Amino acid sequence: MSEQAPAPAPAPVPQDDRSSGDSRPPFSRVVLDAVLEGNSVVVTILAIFTAIVLGGLLIAFTNTTVLHAWGNLFSNPGNAIAQAWDAASGAYVAIFEGAIFNPHTVSALFQQKSMSVALHDGALSAVFNPLSETCVQATPLILAGLSVAVAFRAGLFNIGAESQFIGGAILATWLGYGVSLPPVIHVIVCVLGAFVGGAVLGWIVGVLKARTGAHEVIVTIMLNYIMAYLLAYLLSKPSLLEELGANGNLISPNIASNAHLPLLAGTHLRINAGFLLALACAAGVWWLMSRSTLGFEFRTVGANPNAARSAGMSVPRTWIMVMLIAGGLAGLSASTVIQGTDFSLNFQSYGTYGIDAITVALLGRARPGGVVLAALLYGALHAGAPLMQASTGVPVDIVQVIQALIVMFVAAPPLVRAIYRLRAVRAGGTGQVLSKGWRT
Amino acid sequence: MENLTTLAVPGRLQLGVGRRWIAPAAFVVLGLVDILVFGRYAHHGDATFAFSQPFAKVTVPNLKLPAATTCYVLGAASIALGALRVVDVGKVVRRVSIGLVLAFFVIALLCWAYAGSLNTFNVINQFQGTLSDSIPLILGALAGCLCERSGVINIAIEGQLLLGAFAGAIFASAFGVLWLGLIAGSLAGGLVGLLLGVFAITYLVDQIILGVVLNVFVSGLTGYLYDKLLVPYANTLNSPSTYLPIKIPLLGDIPIIGPVFFDSTLFLYITYILIAAVQVGLFSTAWGLRVRAVGEHPAAADTVGISVRLTRYRNVILAGLVAGIGGAFLTIGSVGSFGKDMSSGKGYIALAAMIFGRWTPLGGVGAALLFGFTFELQSILSTVNVPIPSYFLLMVPYVATIIAVAGLVGQVKPPAADGQPYITS
Repeated sequence: MSEQAPAPAPAPVPQDDRSSGDSRPPFSRVVLDAVLEGNSVVVTILAIFTAIVLGGLLIAFTNTTVLHAWGNLFSNPGNAIAQAWDAASGAYVAIFEGAIFNPHTVSALFQQKSMSVALHDGALSAVFNPLSETCVQATPLILAGLSVAVAFRAGLFNIGAESQFIGGAILATWLGYGVSLPPVIHVIVCVLGAFVGGAVLGWIVGVLKARTGAHEVIVTIMLNYIMAYLLAYLLSKPSLLEELGANGNLISPNIASNAHLPLLAGTHLRINAGFLLALACAAGVWWLMSRSTLGFEFRTVGANPNAARSAGMSVPRTWIMVMLIAGGLAGLSASTVIQGTDFSLNFQSYGTYGIDAITVALLGRARPGGVVLAALLYGALHAGAPLMQASTGVPVDIVQVIQALIVMFVAAPPLVRAIYRLRAVRAGGTGQVLSKGWRT
Repeated sequence: MENLTTLAVPGRLQLGVGRRWIAPAAFVVLGLVDILVFGRYAHHGDATFAFSQPFAKVTVPNLKLPAATTCYVLGAASIALGALRVVDVGKVVRRVSIGLVLAFFVIALLCWAYAGSLNTFNVINQFQGTLSDSIPLILGALAGCLCERSGVINIAIEGQLLLGAFAGAIFASAFGVLWLGLIAGSLAGGLVGLLLGVFAITYLVDQIILGVVLNVFVSGLTGYLYDKLLVPYANTLNSPSTYLPIKIPLLGDIPIIGPVFFDSTLFLYITYILIAAVQVGLFSTAWGLRVRAVGEHPAAADTVGISVRLTRYRNVILAGLVAGIGGAFLTIGSVGSFGKDMSSGKGYIALAAMIFGRWTPLGGVGAALLFGFTFELQSILSTVNVPIPSYFLLMVPYVATIIAVAGLVGQVKPPAADGQPYITS
């Protein structure tokens, strides 16, 4: 019965709705069903919406003006609500202006004498600066998110994007200032070095899992700390990575300008070839996972290791390959940071990329396209947060709260359905990423 | 399933043959390091070890060891123990020998570091510091045991510690009452436990992912509230007093043992009680039997009338309450005021300690103490200008955990139903 339902509908259509002869339901019906049943796109959008609302409440009710207004709720309820709305919307508007588009930059542009002056002074660039920053922030998130996503598809949970990032960063930095090569070649060598540095860390995890059954979650968490301390050690030795005269500041020398990733839109904007690299990797991962034999093996092992084994695939070898590729992708994200924006390595260069990568991969449902969109969303939040803190006094940490809330809701579709009183899905699931506890 | 798992790991069988040689080889290597590195490069003179604190009622004389000679003797003893391991010895000897070799290694290290120096290595301070460094790790590991024995993976220990520390500082500071901070810290941990329970047990979210996300959430939330509330109102909201050490009469005056075990803050004594309660509770009571049944075979437990969901909920929240106390220790038990991300990975180390201890409370406590020991050793050695970088000492717990889960110190097996939601159709 349900086989007659066409592909675009996420769930089979009730029989009585079908007109005779044509099994394709009207488009409006498909949309309505999708919304009412909460398919994965709808659940994701609602999850983001819920998280933004909760974040807004948090912003509003930690604001002293708002709290004061709510103290006089019964004498002036309108003011209380207006104040709360102003506080929350003010913060989100500031994020928007910092991440997408700031109207002030346009008015500044029209005050310029001529277009050539605008170009020269960077007034035109200022209009596009928010978008450029969003892409810059999203670039490492795309790559690290892909790293986690590839592992997810193969049934592995890679919490170690941080250690792999550090591995890639160490090699990219060392190649960046330690060797001198002609312009284009130097960039390529450093990027490859970053890939190798990350891949080695991933490979260790894969081999330990394949050989001894050590759970990748534990190993990757431990490697994160080991690599962080190793990085601090390397940066504390002038003979290794420390810049001469850094005096214990734990910072490396700047990489050669030949190793910088080329800028894409003039010297005023930070957007660089790293963004293209990230998009290319997303396309590559898509091809790998959905079109190649290797990707088929990855997905089969992820879906059911026993079936994969029965079909003659080597599960341990697949694990090693998956972690190698995942590690390499996380290493590449380090390359985009070191060669694209920072140009030197310090002991906090790895930031929160490892954790952010997990949230990106989960929000993107471990699909390359989803990862790119999720990374752009989080990149926008990261790009807009500093302006928000500067103009409204809301601490940037709110971004982390919203990020975690989104993922919590995305991971619990039944909760989102319960909040919005959506029907349960009748057939299939929501394509949820699931791992199976400590045992494999 | 078991057979299939073994099939999946062909390397494991080969490793099993080699495993017999790993421990003896490691012993010999450590012994050689004792002799060739510490013994040869030690400065001339003695290394002094102190066994009592200034102004103690009963003083124990300092111990002066000739540094180089001690290193040579300890190294030789380690190698001998390695040789002994090759011959099949009893289980007791096997376990003791690992401890002995590690202890020899640490003593040789200290002899080398303190040889000919005017500084003395105060053994009492080292062990006191070990215990207080271990409190959050021990409570976190106990929380992990409580949670995972009932079949729910608890990666959120980090978040429970952090929120416990946050709530402990705020409540103790705002109301000026310390025990209120302790209770609030515990309840805050329980709140994270409740969240974990709701999402993992009711909404069937993958528990490893959930734990990581909860940690991010708590880190973001406390960071946000810290900047928004604790910084501008630091005087009222973030300046709690701290628990002072309470010396237990009589017991506290015993030389060596007294100052280490019986002269500490309330938190250490609570930790003693909780260790005993969790160990006895899980392994000697009907409640514990039910919890473990739920964690190993929920369907069977359900059949005999144990409510799987209720048991799991209770344990997850209980675990949160225990970890929350460990969190409160971080603020009102030691430094006082709260700082951003001040749990700094202790929750993950507690998780590692629990796994290292093979999902048993006492094993977890042992591992937590071992980790606490290395942290304290690192902080003491960093004050005496030892030429080994402290970063490597800081890595020790993490490397040890990888070695443990890689099975080099024996199989590590979680409860059978750990991490699997129980769904009745």
